[in-house]
Amino acid sequence: MRGTAWRKLLSSLFVGFCALSVLLALVPLAFVLFFVVSEGFRSLNLDFFINMPKPVGEPGGGMANAIVGTLIITALGSMFAVPIGIMSGVYMSEYAGTRFAALVRFAADTLNGVPSIVIGVFVYGIAVLPFKQFSALAGGLALGVMMIPIIARTTEELLLLVPGSMREGALALGATRSRAVFSVVVPAALPGIITGVVLALARIAGETAPLLFTAFSNRFFTTKLTQPIATLTVMVFTYAISPYQDWHRQAWAGALVLVSIVFLCSLLARFATRKLEGLHSR
Amino acid sequence: MGTGAFALVLVLIVCAIGFELTRQSMLSIQKFGFSFWRTETWDPVAGQFGALPFIWGTLYSSILALTISTPIALGIAVFIAELCPNWLKQPLVFLTELLAAIPSIVYGLWGIFVLVPAVRAFEIAVPSVLRQTPLFSGPPLGVGMLAAGLILAVMVIPFTSSVAREVLKAVPPAQREGAYALGATRFEATRAALFYARTGIVGAVMLGFGRALGETMAVTMVIGNNPRISASLYAPQHTMAAVLANEFTEADTVMHLNALIEIGLVLFIITLIVNSLSRLLIWSMARGAKPPVALPGSEIEEAA
Repeated sequence: MRGTAWRKLLSSLFVGFCALSVLLALVPLAFVLFFVVSEGFRSLNLDFFINMPKPVGEPGGGMANAIVGTLIITALGSMFAVPIGIMSGVYMSEYAGTRFAALVRFAADTLNGVPSIVIGVFVYGIAVLPFKQFSALAGGLALGVMMIPIIARTTEELLLLVPGSMREGALALGATRSRAVFSVVVPAALPGIITGVVLALARIAGETAPLLFTAFSNRFFTTKLTQPIATLTVMVFTYAISPYQDWHRQAWAGALVLVSIVFLCSLLARFATRKLEGLHSR
Repeated sequence: MGTGAFALVLVLIVCAIGFELTRQSMLSIQKFGFSFWRTETWDPVAGQFGALPFIWGTLYSSILALTISTPIALGIAVFIAELCPNWLKQPLVFLTELLAAIPSIVYGLWGIFVLVPAVRAFEIAVPSVLRQTPLFSGPPLGVGMLAAGLILAVMVIPFTSSVAREVLKAVPPAQREGAYALGATRFEATRAALFYARTGIVGAVMLGFGRALGETMAVTMVIGNNPRISASLYAPQHTMAAVLANEFTEADTVMHLNALIEIGLVLFIITLIVNSLSRLLIWSMARGAKPPVALPGSEIEEAA
């Protein structure tokens, strides 16, 4: 039998190790945020938002086209993903327990785990190769495919939270099943569903890999959906691996904008969840 | 209701990914067969396509990342779930999840300009006795396997730790209470909980593995993108995801494109298997239907 002192020491060491791991994880977080914020703020100016990129090697200019491009592509992705995601979520919660619902759930989790670069390759095969043209549409499709499982799973989980009495009340009043779901259950969970959509947006707004060979990139301003289009993430990537000082500066500015978008979306999602929790505690 | 049709679309997308990737890489599959995965030479100009360096680089970087991240992630999970005061829980969960929210490209940018110079300084500082060993051989470039492993570790930590935390929550309180009642220290009680949760913990680590395998941007920006197999942490290497990001738009022959898509197909299959297994493990644990298991070691029994 080992001494009590030894066991106590071991225990303290263990607690110390656990606390240390928290610190070890927070150090890189602090470092990344510090550099993004400090370097980003130094480089961010109005030019960045309203000017077009200057020709290669020339200092100055901005990423106006890429900001618009990112907005267009995320909007396209949402238009594609929101209906499919929400409806699949409704299906999974309505028919929970059936074989097909389990299959849908498995498919959603699988899709969620597929590396984003593989989704890029897939969309290249179905939306770029046949038309021999990189396009904003293809980029939106790639992002949409990534959004679907996130939206579907949050919708499902939140619908299951809605009290059964609400649905029963609707059914008792003579509503059909679909009427009960779409007029009573879904509206009750709406803040949560919006959370799911915003969370999905937060996740895909920072995606680069699936856009590299779908939306590709563009030095010029375009809103044509059948043309290659610039996005913030791809632009940050191109600028970061370039040899130009001024492009590095702009890459940091782009990173700050990206991180701000992502955090804003996360905060928004958090806010919506709070509202939902308030609804249930009533 | 029409929702089933939408749900069907979701299922079809997953099937379509597998089908499309197979179809587009048929040429390469037929020409090279299994030798594709045993060949070390990747020379698109000469038309030689061997994917072994990418498999090696993907596995090496992912396993290196897990080696670094697993103890830290489990430490965090234990600290938040078992040790820390209640008021600290929410902020810590928020901060660790922030790590997962930062886009990969931002990690990559930070990797190029902050981490790589730091890694280079570290590589130079490693004593020359160690530099003789294969693990530390080669010029200290900064870019290479070590930088990739470090950045992947940071990116994987939030995934592993949040699942491990959930799994620990699923351990019945009676487990810990029993251990404490028998006079166990905090370490011994937590170890009993961890042992009870071991299936789920393995699942959590595998989930992180799945993430690391497919991570693209941050890795490609710091690993050096050199398709040469090396055991050294210093050596610039390549991964499956990174080669896709680098060469896809530049592939000018059909065979090159097919070979790249085949790499994508295999990446898809591997992550599918790893993720399914991990979900199965986590799921079997979180349902908690299994009978309690024997405690590890002998100390606690002795304490009784």
